[in-house]
Amino acid sequence: MKLTQNDLWIFFFRVLCIIILAFLLLPLIIIIPLSFSPDKFFSFPPTSFSFTWYQSLFSSDRWLQASLNSLLISVCATIIATCLGTLAGAGLAKYRSRTSNLVLGLLLLPMLVPIVITGVGIFFLDAYLGIAGTYASIIIAQALVGLPFVVITVTATLQGFDQNLIRAASSLGANPYKAFTSILIPVILPGVLAGALFAFAVSFDEIVITLFLVSPGKETIPVQIFSGIRDSINPEITAIASLLLLVSVLMMILAGLLLRDRDKLSTKIKRL
Amino acid sequence: MNAHRKVMMEAGLNSPDEQTNGLDGEILVQFKNVSKTYDGDELAVRNLDLDIRKGEFLTLLGPSGSGKTTTLMMLAGFEHPSAGSIWLGGQRIDTLPPHRRGIGVVFQQYALFPHMTVAENVGYPLVCRKVPKEEIRKRVQSALELVQLSEFAARKPAQLSGGQQQRVALSRALVFEPSIVLMDEPLGALDRKLRETLQIEIRRIHQELKVTIVYVTHDQNEALTMSDRIAVYRHGEIVQIDEPGEIYSNPRDPYVATFVGESNLFAGVIKERIDDRTARIVLDTGVQSEVLATVNTQLVQGARVCASLRPENVHACTSIEELPETHAQGANSLQGTITDIMFLGEQYRVSLNLDGGQAFIIKLPVAQASSLRFGQRIVIYWDQADLKILEAES
Repeated sequence: MKLTQNDLWIFFFRVLCIIILAFLLLPLIIIIPLSFSPDKFFSFPPTSFSFTWYQSLFSSDRWLQASLNSLLISVCATIIATCLGTLAGAGLAKYRSRTSNLVLGLLLLPMLVPIVITGVGIFFLDAYLGIAGTYASIIIAQALVGLPFVVITVTATLQGFDQNLIRAASSLGANPYKAFTSILIPVILPGVLAGALFAFAVSFDEIVITLFLVSPGKETIPVQIFSGIRDSINPEITAIASLLLLVSVLMMILAGLLLRDRDKLSTKIKRL
Repeated sequence: MNAHRKVMMEAGLNSPDEQTNGLDGEILVQFKNVSKTYDGDELAVRNLDLDIRKGEFLTLLGPSGSGKTTTLMMLAGFEHPSAGSIWLGGQRIDTLPPHRRGIGVVFQQYALFPHMTVAENVGYPLVCRKVPKEEIRKRVQSALELVQLSEFAARKPAQLSGGQQQRVALSRALVFEPSIVLMDEPLGALDRKLRETLQIEIRRIHQELKVTIVYVTHDQNEALTMSDRIAVYRHGEIVQIDEPGEIYSNPRDPYVATFVGESNLFAGVIKERIDDRTARIVLDTGVQSEVLATVNTQLVQGARVCASLRPENVHACTSIEELPETHAQGANSLQGTITDIMFLGEQYRVSLNLDGGQAFIIKLPVAQASSLRFGQRIVIYWDQADLKILEAES
């Protein structure tokens, strides 16, 4: 069999893909074996297998507090980002104009502006308002960062939405609020949930802005990991990192399922 | 619903004593000098005055962009007039939002709510009106019986065919007993067979419920078969509004003549007036072609006219000698060569090239046309009354 130039290119392309994937995944995966090592210092490969660091993780008040903080802040931030992002997305889809493009740009800004700048800005604003260091300030900041993700998924979902459904609802006697809650939201719900999931993921591992705003006792998991590395290299963080990795993978799968359902739904709608 | 009834009663009291044929003549909807522009420049609807009678089946007919859909959307409340006012039963409605107008709307793409069952879709307007649950169940049941879909109540819209979905949409638009139902090309997405079935069904429902229907279509056959009256639109204006038979046999101008049904059009000039009703006309066919025609008195000698002749009103024979006595020596007849013969089932459609070059179409019964051959020369003639003289477009 003779190798053609084309075959060579395909081979080269495959090798390149494998290298890129390895580069992306290895730093994540290498944490997992480390977390099962009993050693006090990071050493690879691990000398033996143990649950030492998981045990110390689950018996630590510090990590428990950080987990509760993270959960509280992320859930609140996700709810705020999802509500505001959905309303914004629905409004933008209804009134398409030059102004609405401008508004869309503004809403996506938190995703584009360097996060440190956003952090500094929020810190000074919150300090001026006297709320820096409170749960509220951290929740608002993280909702802001999650908002663009909700806006993007909701506007994308709404592109396949038949605006005549809203017209039909209003001709049948539904006021705008009723039409929104009984027709628009249920139909685009998969897109809203996917957006909420993204917002949660972003909020859950947000660290830059949180570092600006955090006060003692309100550390989130990422903040705790960060200080765990900076102050004393504590192998507990490999255990928590592995757990977070697991959570992320599960969330990715969930988001994938939601978006697949949305595609199914929109093809169904198109077939009508 | 009570307020709604009251409005309709007021309409009865307030309506001017305009007598109209067939129906009781009560005006339900009035467009008063309505104009609509989307870009502030071009008018989609221009100074529209339109009275819709209670209980009638009115079709708005026209090509796309002629303003018929815009008219419907303004009545439904999805678009707002740039000028003028719209009245429903004596109440001004162009300032009301759609959900407070109580008008049923049926869309081309059905617009059923995909996350609800058929029964929930049909019950939706009643839920919005806070009707008690038990009554909703009963009314949904009878609304679905009306369109023969009772056994599909528990299905989702995606599990139904296009025709079934449109019937669900129909019953949803009727279940809250609106005084008027708007239909925006409701059969446009269906195939021909299904379209005919649903045309009959919509007619039946209209007669059964005596509901006023405003129907938008660009299909002239649909308009002719279904309507009590047809409004023919062009460039944002109604060119003619009349009963289907009147529109077909007495089109007001060449546009209506060609848009509604097929028509052969001739340009011509009035050579002399013979009496009040008759004139001699020279057609611009390129050869000597003087004909007699019935014309109204406004057209004087020398006026440019347009003559319209329906293909089915034309007779054919093979030579001048065969013409009947009324057409002796070739009066009111023309000659031409057959360029195409098309079999339509119940009749033949024969294309001609008239002497002088103009194309011409005739429709002949099967018995008369079966002996005709491609390339054959024939003589065509018609009854004087069938040649309609219209004012030429300026």
